[in-house]
Amino acid sequence: MSKPEITTLNEKSLPGPQDITRVELENGITLLVRPNFNSLAISLSGFVQAGSLYDPESKLGLADFTATCLMRGTERQTFREIYNSLESMGASLGVSAGSHTAGFGGKSLAADLPELLEILADILIHPVFPKADIEKIRSQLLTGLDLRAEDTSEMASLGFDQIAYAGHPYRFPSDGYPETIQAIQSEDLVDFHASYYGPREMVVVIVGAVEPDQAVALVEEKLGGWFNPKQPEPFEVPDVWPLDQTVQEHTAIPEKSQADIVLGTVGPRRQWEGFYPALLGNSILGQFGMMGRIGNTVRTQAGLAYYAYSSLSSSIGPGPWTVRAGVAPENLGKAVQLIQQEIRNYLAEPVSPEELADVQSHYVGKLPLTLESNQGVASALLTMERYQLGLDYLQGYEKMVREITRESILEASRQFLDPDRLAISTAGPPL
Amino acid sequence: MTVLEPIPSIRLKNGLEIKLKEIHTAPLISSWVWYRVGSRDEIAGKTGISHWVEHMQFKGTDRFPAEKREKAIARAGGSWNAFTYLDWTTYFETMPADKIDQALEIEADRMVNSVYDPEELESERTVIMSERQGRENNPGFWLTEAVHQAAFPIHSYGHMILGDMVDLATMQRDDLYQHYKSYYSPNNAVISIAGDFKQDNLLQRLKELYEDLPAGKESPRVNRPQPPQRGEHRLVVEGPGDTVLGDVSYHAPAASHDDFFPFLILDSILSGPEGLNMFGGGGISNKTSRLYSRLVEDEDVAVSVSGSLPATLDPYLYSLDLIIHPASTPEAALKALDEEIQRLQDSPPPLEELERATKQARALFAYGSESITNQAFWMGFSEMFASYDWVTGYLEKLEAVSPADVQRVAQTYLKPQNRIVGIYQPHNKGYQSL
Repeated sequence: MSKPEITTLNEKSLPGPQDITRVELENGITLLVRPNFNSLAISLSGFVQAGSLYDPESKLGLADFTATCLMRGTERQTFREIYNSLESMGASLGVSAGSHTAGFGGKSLAADLPELLEILADILIHPVFPKADIEKIRSQLLTGLDLRAEDTSEMASLGFDQIAYAGHPYRFPSDGYPETIQAIQSEDLVDFHASYYGPREMVVVIVGAVEPDQAVALVEEKLGGWFNPKQPEPFEVPDVWPLDQTVQEHTAIPEKSQADIVLGTVGPRRQWEGFYPALLGNSILGQFGMMGRIGNTVRTQAGLAYYAYSSLSSSIGPGPWTVRAGVAPENLGKAVQLIQQEIRNYLAEPVSPEELADVQSHYVGKLPLTLESNQGVASALLTMERYQLGLDYLQGYEKMVREITRESILEASRQFLDPDRLAISTAGPPL
Repeated sequence: MTVLEPIPSIRLKNGLEIKLKEIHTAPLISSWVWYRVGSRDEIAGKTGISHWVEHMQFKGTDRFPAEKREKAIARAGGSWNAFTYLDWTTYFETMPADKIDQALEIEADRMVNSVYDPEELESERTVIMSERQGRENNPGFWLTEAVHQAAFPIHSYGHMILGDMVDLATMQRDDLYQHYKSYYSPNNAVISIAGDFKQDNLLQRLKELYEDLPAGKESPRVNRPQPPQRGEHRLVVEGPGDTVLGDVSYHAPAASHDDFFPFLILDSILSGPEGLNMFGGGGISNKTSRLYSRLVEDEDVAVSVSGSLPATLDPYLYSLDLIIHPASTPEAALKALDEEIQRLQDSPPPLEELERATKQARALFAYGSESITNQAFWMGFSEMFASYDWVTGYLEKLEAVSPADVQRVAQTYLKPQNRIVGIYQPHNKGYQSL
């Protein structure tokens, strides 16, 4: 039987020290560039230290509101001029706030990189927050919150954060609540920008058809002169106290066909030494193949749900480790029980040698696929910089994955998951 | 690097059509099998059957039980999935290049050997119902469903791809197996593969796997053309929430019609650029499109507006989706929308607007072509309603569109008599007739 001739995976073809240029500018910006001349375009991404963790409790959503308003005009350009430039080039640019940082992302054809960077620098450094536009954005944000209130999956997530992160800054949603969005004044936006937007700890990543020297010179030219002495130190995220017992709450949303479940616990920080064992364990629990053990039980065997999977979303701080499923309201209790039992089984003994081998192979094998596009590489570089993983992270990736053991998975998982101390949040029709 | 060169089809003795494209930028191969069957091939009582069959195709064969198959793909680090659309159903795997043979074997096997075990079928029935219930949670789903029912009382584009709940509850194993056997055969399929391979070797392997599969009878296609609409339809869907939504849909030409490319330019000018990128590549915003500028920026009658003109085998819809501004009304939004359409009907757009639309399309192709999965997708997708030449000639055809073409298309299609206006009205806003 003949088989197609293949090209074997070459570790040196992965982005690494040999082709990533990393430069720290004097004002604190870290720039990473990786050329790719197979592409006609470039991908630009990065972040500034201006996330929603800096929101006052009475004005939750302020970071998000601020990020959204950056594109509404600058000292040099109006909203229409900014978008006319971008859309005429066939380029895109957007800014949005997460918990720790405000992230930006854009794309353009390679020749348009200088203009894309010019616009990025302009909106980050010189936004004017036109008063006339603020009410327009407020209406859009409030409409988004109205739609969120009708979304059973999102409401179950909000409920989970309230239980699992009680008393912790992660309990609040980045997009706030209607009353906190209403409370935000135009001066708040100006002040937030003046206080938190700045080059210190800022990261810029450029991947695509550009020479690194040219990219460095462009970023230096557009952003190198930016300083903001008011910028505070990055937010220190406290630990979370685990729950004493399982807490379950339901958010009633009338006239819905399906109920959504978010069930789980607070997981590890991304830089914790046991993160990778936990990550591979999570894949066995609720991802590998058709959603792992949980998918097999809840979807394939019981036919209860279209989706049922687990996810581990570690960040600078301790991110959530959750199982999510959408089920008919009458099956809610049964689905929760099945998931709890799967977690119990998962923690009772080490995963099988075959499961470990499968998931190791999966994590190594999928690497080239995640690095296929400029955006995929940019995302990997951003992660490497955010968590200080080193430029040779991808070269060492396979070895690190292969060294994970069944015992290390069990140990890492038991540190966080406990079937008797879960946060269980559901949303759907009144029970 | 260019993505726009025509690629001749190779046809095996049993009628299977194959399109191959070597791309050696990454050690990956993306392989797609396309079947000429979708929700347009369903009649009342059997709606949703194509999508359910797609689910059953993951349940396994004697040779490759479901679990073994899933593990084989996942272990290799591959990505795989399937999609059912109006006109087609497709299955893909994107794999490390040295592992693609597993995917080829699995697809050849399930083209003819799927089991449709009655117990598994019952278990999947509730999964599919759950998938529909999940969509029903979104108010926009009910509006889209009602607009489609009004737009296509005759043609089978009138029901949702997921099917009607009553049919999902009543269809039986024999219905599904019959559907599978009627449409899943080499002579009703197209294979499109792009990536890091040598064409001669891969073709030899495809012949080994597929050429002995027997050709099926000609697959029946449902053909109930929708007669012209006689007057505007207006409808209101009520439900929970606080946000008013609008769906203004115009009957539009098929993708192979001469008017389709001028219509794409019209779409871009009115509601923003659309790409053909299914797998990454990102989009371009529509903030300077005529409708966004007028409805969202100038008049605050909507908080968002977007358009879609899907490429389909039969005439389908150009849909404008609106989220109505909380301080405004659907009537005010519709009035502004109508005035913008009138403007396009009264005078041809400036050439710069057309040039911008083609530059945006070129950029979207450049972004999308970074993904080998996208490149393989384009080859098979276009064969489902036209041919791959439709993709390779895409930019050239856009460039050939004149301002007068756009004006003519606006005059021909964007008439009230040719549209359905649907509004989602939250209960608490009170009943409002249009």
